Amino acid sequence: MSDMSYVRSEMLPERAPPASSVGLVGWMRANLFSGAVNSILTIASLVLIYMVLAAILPWIFSPTWNGTSQNECREIVGSGHHAACWGVINDRWEQLLFGFYPNGSEGGADQRWRPIVAFALLFVAVTPVLFSMISRRMNWVLLLAVLGLTGLYLGGAVGLILGLALLGAAAFVGFKALSTDKEARAAEIEAGAKRLPNPLIFSAIYPFIAPWLLWGGTVWLPIAAALGFVIGYYAFVFIARALGSLVGIIGAVVIAIVWWLFLTSGFANLMDSILPISLEAVESRKFGGFMLSITIGVVAIACSLPIGIVLALGRQSDLMIVKALCVGFIEFIRGVPLITLLFVASTLLNIFMPPGTNFDIILRVLIMVTLFASAYMAETIRGGLAALPRGQYEAADALGLDYWKAQRLIIMPQALKISIPGIVSNFIGVFKDTTLVSIIGLLDPLGLSNAIRADQAWNGLVWELYGFIALLFFVFCFSMSRYSMYLERRLRTDHR
Amino acid sequence: MSSITLDHQIDRSKLAVSDEVAIEIRNMNKWYGSFHVLRDIDLTVYQGERIVIAGPSGSGKSTLIRCINRLEEHQEGQIIVDGTELTSDLKNVDKVRSEVGMVFQHFNLFPHLTILENCTLAPIWVRKEPRKEAEERAMHFLEKVKIPEQAHKYPGMLSGGQQQRVAIARSLCMMPRIMLFDEPTSALDPEMIKEVLETMVELAEEGMTMLCVTHEMGFAKEVANRVIFMDAGQIVEQNEPEEFFNNPQSERTKLFLSQIL
Repeated sequence: MSDMSYVRSEMLPERAPPASSVGLVGWMRANLFSGAVNSILTIASLVLIYMVLAAILPWIFSPTWNGTSQNECREIVGSGHHAACWGVINDRWEQLLFGFYPNGSEGGADQRWRPIVAFALLFVAVTPVLFSMISRRMNWVLLLAVLGLTGLYLGGAVGLILGLALLGAAAFVGFKALSTDKEARAAEIEAGAKRLPNPLIFSAIYPFIAPWLLWGGTVWLPIAAALGFVIGYYAFVFIARALGSLVGIIGAVVIAIVWWLFLTSGFANLMDSILPISLEAVESRKFGGFMLSITIGVVAIACSLPIGIVLALGRQSDLMIVKALCVGFIEFIRGVPLITLLFVASTLLNIFMPPGTNFDIILRVLIMVTLFASAYMAETIRGGLAALPRGQYEAADALGLDYWKAQRLIIMPQALKISIPGIVSNFIGVFKDTTLVSIIGLLDPLGLSNAIRADQAWNGLVWELYGFIALLFFVFCFSMSRYSMYLERRLRTDHR
Repeated sequence: MSSITLDHQIDRSKLAVSDEVAIEIRNMNKWYGSFHVLRDIDLTVYQGERIVIAGPSGSGKSTLIRCINRLEEHQEGQIIVDGTELTSDLKNVDKVRSEVGMVFQHFNLFPHLTILENCTLAPIWVRKEPRKEAEERAMHFLEKVKIPEQAHKYPGMLSGGQQQRVAIARSLCMMPRIMLFDEPTSALDPEMIKEVLETMVELAEEGMTMLCVTHEMGFAKEVANRVIFMDAGQIVEQNEPEEFFNNPQSERTKLFLSQIL
């Protein structure tokens, strides 16, 4: 046998990879033309893509934006050509966005600034929750700027002065952020300078501002509703101190519900007669278009996550009755089509209500869609909980964390992180399901498109309307999808 | 099983055992369903003792130490830890858990928190310490387990041995009087076993009461003042390490030792 012993005398240095495997050429060779079959497939795909685009693009880029009817569109395009008639979007886009929200055409002022401001404030309210890289300062700048622009738009002496003052404040706070670098800021804080208040304060009061902006009426109603939470909180503190936390929670919930059901409207009326501040009331039946979809979608998304978490935890609970209630709720809601629930909301509920009660149709739909989304959310989160190793619970126990602290600090952050793709899928699904409300007669974009098509001028236009609606939905859903990917990247802690 | 030789020569004269009782287990029984997993366990642990619990798998040794901080419930008998009896009263359970640290086979660090946050979480939320104080002590213990430079990394970026040392530091941050080790080196490579064992030796030298389920017989010989051999849910034999290894009495112990040494 020959000598097998071998000792390396020096370690090999690193070398650059061969030129054919890097850069554009390398990439194309590896991914597009790595063999005869792949090359043929690549070329065939390119031809196919060209043919599809060649058919679609001329249809899309048709100069019919100013057409006032279908016939006019045909004249503009010329006979024999088939092209989109975008005049319908030009004519009706405001309706597709706002439904029949008062625009001043039936007398009174144009109120559509209210949904727009509510939408802009929605972004201000969610940024501190969604994006950690936006600083507190930036958030307050955004809020001041939105309010300032609203003031300017509303005009009048007060609006103008207030608007300019707010914009000035925004600019001042903003420029201060530009001028002070991090270290100077840290030194300031060290020296005892006050930090800006947490923008989450605004996120917390937004749920009371938005309905007021959208539905109008007296400002005291949302304030009274918010007071319910304050009353509930203090009731909990006092009762819990005397009788323990479980009794405290039950007592607080009962007191808050009593406040909301029986005392809220009286309080609001009383305060309104003392100090009337109100916006013109807008009825629910005037809501429509994307404004309606976004309202239902945002409420369902925002409420389904916490309710889903509670249901998922309840389903895992050792307490028999809690568990049975949660399982029953989840399985019942998941076992019934959303349409059925919406029909119940639109017709059946009225039968069971005492005559004369007016339970707002949009509120009923909101509750049903939220419950529906919560049941799915609970199961998605349960999947995340199941994926966590038992060791995490044991480590939390061994360190002396109680159930709620362990859930909040250890279990939920990880379970929710695992479930992000599923949760966001649910969000997207719920948002698209809002189109189902057209079936019970609410005028969401799809409902409106039927109405528009019934118009003599736009009789039978399908692709343009559905294309426009699809595009808007796509923008929202795609944003949510990208956000979930960003969030997953940000929360990834294994290999960085 | 071969034993890892430790560089650090332990000075046994430093290892004092007081006559203050740390843990008292009386006539304790536990069942999983109808399976009788722990049978008539009687054990008194004194402050400063280093006890190694050995035995074949399924003998109930992990279950025994998990009963001590009530990760498992016992059905009969008494367990008294530092004067507090473990009952279904959650207040007692919380009190015991804040005095007993535990290190797991699979580390069980919280992967979504940095090393420093892992160490400060329980002091801040359970002991209500100010963040700054908790962080200072966490850094002190991280230095002690020789990984202060990893404080701002996440557990997933550390080697197994480093993770286990963080787990030890995390337990120490709660200032426990007793430490439980549930096979702390079983999931580690030989190179890493050594660094973890050395950390444990240092802990022993400082007088920590330790109960350690392990197969590291080298560690048992060098550090333990008592070795307990368990089989089929009962304590079969216990003795000083030298006697235990050189002169085992029961047939079951002899068989076990002949297989692992």
